[in-house]
Amino acid sequence: MSKPRKQIILGAYVGGVNHHTVWSDPAAGSQIDFSTFRHVAQTAERGKFDFFFLAEGLIPRERLGQIFDQDIIGRPDTLPVLTAIAAVTSHLGVVGTLNATFNEPYELARQLASLDHLSGGRAGWNVVTSFDAFTGQNFRRGGFLHRDDRYIRAGEFIDITRQLWDSWPAGAVVADKASGEFLRDAAVGTFEHHGKQFDISGQFSVPPSPQGRPVVLQAGVSPQGRDFASANADAIFSPYHQLDEARAFYADINARVVGHGRAAGSVKLLPSASFVLGDTEAQARERHREISLAQVSGKTAQVLFEGVWNRDLSGYDPDGPLPDIDPDPDGPRVIKGRAVLHQDAHQTVGRWRALAAEHGYSLRETAVHVFSRTEFIGTPAQVAERIDSFVQNDGSDGFIIGSHLTPGGLDEFVDKVVPLLQERGSLRADYTGTTLRDNLGIPVPQPAAQTAGLRS
Amino acid sequence: MTRWDEGMTRTGPPPSGKHGPEGMPIKTIGNMDFAGQPAYGRDVTDTPPLHLAVALDGAGWHPAAWREPDASPDKLFTAAYWASLAAEAERGQLDFITIEDSLGQQSARYDGPDPRTDQVRGRLDAVLIASWIAPLTSHIGLVPTATVSHTEPFHVSKAIATLDYVSLGRAGWRAQVSRPWENSLFGRREVTAFRLEDFGTPEAQRQVAERFDEAADFAEVVRKLWDSWEDNAEIRDAATGRFIDRDKLHNIDFHGRWFSVRGPSITPRPPQGQPLVTVLAHATLAYRFAARAADVVYVTPRGAGHARAIVSEVRAEQEAAGRGDQTQHIFGDLVVFLGETAQEARARKARLDDTAGAEYTSDAHVFAGTPAQLAELLLDWQGAGLSGFRLRPGAIPGDLRHIAGELVPQLRRHGSFRTSYAETTLRERLGLPRPASRYATATSH
Repeated sequence: MSKPRKQIILGAYVGGVNHHTVWSDPAAGSQIDFSTFRHVAQTAERGKFDFFFLAEGLIPRERLGQIFDQDIIGRPDTLPVLTAIAAVTSHLGVVGTLNATFNEPYELARQLASLDHLSGGRAGWNVVTSFDAFTGQNFRRGGFLHRDDRYIRAGEFIDITRQLWDSWPAGAVVADKASGEFLRDAAVGTFEHHGKQFDISGQFSVPPSPQGRPVVLQAGVSPQGRDFASANADAIFSPYHQLDEARAFYADINARVVGHGRAAGSVKLLPSASFVLGDTEAQARERHREISLAQVSGKTAQVLFEGVWNRDLSGYDPDGPLPDIDPDPDGPRVIKGRAVLHQDAHQTVGRWRALAAEHGYSLRETAVHVFSRTEFIGTPAQVAERIDSFVQNDGSDGFIIGSHLTPGGLDEFVDKVVPLLQERGSLRADYTGTTLRDNLGIPVPQPAAQTAGLRS
Repeated sequence: MTRWDEGMTRTGPPPSGKHGPEGMPIKTIGNMDFAGQPAYGRDVTDTPPLHLAVALDGAGWHPAAWREPDASPDKLFTAAYWASLAAEAERGQLDFITIEDSLGQQSARYDGPDPRTDQVRGRLDAVLIASWIAPLTSHIGLVPTATVSHTEPFHVSKAIATLDYVSLGRAGWRAQVSRPWENSLFGRREVTAFRLEDFGTPEAQRQVAERFDEAADFAEVVRKLWDSWEDNAEIRDAATGRFIDRDKLHNIDFHGRWFSVRGPSITPRPPQGQPLVTVLAHATLAYRFAARAADVVYVTPRGAGHARAIVSEVRAEQEAAGRGDQTQHIFGDLVVFLGETAQEARARKARLDDTAGAEYTSDAHVFAGTPAQLAELLLDWQGAGLSGFRLRPGAIPGDLRHIAGELVPQLRRHGSFRTSYAETTLRERLGLPRPASRYATATSH
């Protein structure tokens, strides 16, 4: 019966550009200064976290043609800030989202390999694709990518980056002063790819990465997305926080992973999660109530619902009932630059109406309940116990932890919850390896020996 | 001219043969060109201080530099290597370092990869090297190379803006046009790679002109995106629930032949407003681009007279670009081999040439001599209108140490170099004002 205790994987993220981060808190700091990122990353490393995670945005969000002004807006560029973070840490992985629609594989593979070299093997890439023409207005290729082509592009993109990362065999750099041989083979790194999305060839210019390849993360819930991630990813962002559905997802992904000829457990499942601590549970709940009201102002509630209703809801009182009109999912988008999460707006609105009716919630109260996601509320001991049992029961392999407060919010977690996880034997007391793969306990991939076009 | 240095430094013939434009034998310039310009007695007050940058590339600019006894060819892909070079440059209180880069592999040929295994090949992304160095240094300016062909102006703009954030206002950028054969790495354009010998043909000239037009559009978009957030756009006004004043964010709505970019940027305006933009230029098309786009132009004079001619051409282009009223630095690029004695320096270069199996030539003037002689030369060329120099160390770490540890004290003896870092940002160090956002005047209220 007894399984070996799983080591909990912990990532740390700096929130931003949404309502979760409470910028109005007097203790809230800059969302762009490097001191903020340095603080969070060094705090995470103090807590023996596996990695730091940074999301990406490529266009400010808009509502009816006007930029959002109620939420945090503005981000650093992912790779430079991750590199700088790596320079001020020594073991922490550095993982960022980079869009496969608005980047080109040769360039991105080179940048990620560079980060992996500089950080001594601590780089990770969260692959996302985007199909929205709105964001495309900022890029050469322009906007639209058909939904069905998203996975084709992502698949080709990842295939190419792997091919490039594997294109220098071990020992390719000789650098022997005496013989004058720097490279073993002048044609090292030669590649070609001829596909629907990319038709490229040439010579890759970065030697093999210190951890074999940078770690690849993915998100995907649809059957197609699950299959794709199971075949290609080292870790998956799980959207499930309820143990039963999380366990089902975990089992499904692991079955698919095995189906792709990979070892069960070689793909790590990681939901994101936030927390509110208190000396007592009641105190934590009260604190959470205050935080969620700060997160979801009346204006924020309206905008969040507009994303699903796809209608201008500014005429509705946030303290009144939910809008009685139907959503208009096929109309021109009211909110642009934010991923559309809800496939069936009518169904979603119906569910929310039922929730509001059951509890007598106002518009804003409903928004607080459906959008103010805080997974762990309680005393440090309660939170540590819930995190641990969720992981040990195969709800996930760990969590990506964020706070409503930038940059100081994570300190409390590291000071109070981390020692308890360590006492339970579920979190390392110290780092044992040097690379992100070492941290995550995932193997160094075997180079793709058959890489097309590789001359030897 | 695209990236002469890639094509020329390794094997190509010097563009003007063995003689400078005034018929001065190049090899003697290091020692004699400034005869009659005694540095002692130079009035400290009438010599404006020199600006000094160092150009870092692999193990140094000589193709055999990696085989020097003190070279670290096995460390070229490590962070520690680059951090140590930056620290050395910062000890010398240099203005900034540049970091060479290219999309594709290094090559001694202009029209494609070469079959060589005896030179350094492979390099890390320069913007990321600079990002690593930034939090580990506190004064030195960081000017990585980023290519403008194929890449996204939106990405480059926020990358350099972010470098400016992580360095607290010390970021710059060397905008570089791609070599034609690098097209295949992106696969979006049909362009025939041409040989350097065919550079003068109409087809090659047409392609080069197009590349520079694109580069000018690119630099303009990058700067517009830096301006697209006004400085005080973030207001955090709890009373009205507004994080930003949205009227202070601006679409740039750029529509060009090569790309269209709507904006605004996702990254707020960087600390310097606009980080430093720099361009290496060797000929009229590139001077024109540099005059439109750059805060610092690197040029490659063969002597003081040549420097004077180049400066006047660049200044004319600057006027024509409508930027005559703006401070624009023109730096001379030199490859330097330094030694305790001139003989030692020349012998070292000769030994490197021997190892490489060919005499080293470059798009830039090649100097071999003592730091004191180099100081004299720089001050002489400064008189021709150059406000600074970008020195390319022939071999690293040796020549970098000579620059930081010996050339700098020599320049100080002449009253021509700082004795401490006084300014906070790179623009301030170069006497460049912090530009107001071009969008601020339209909406300031």
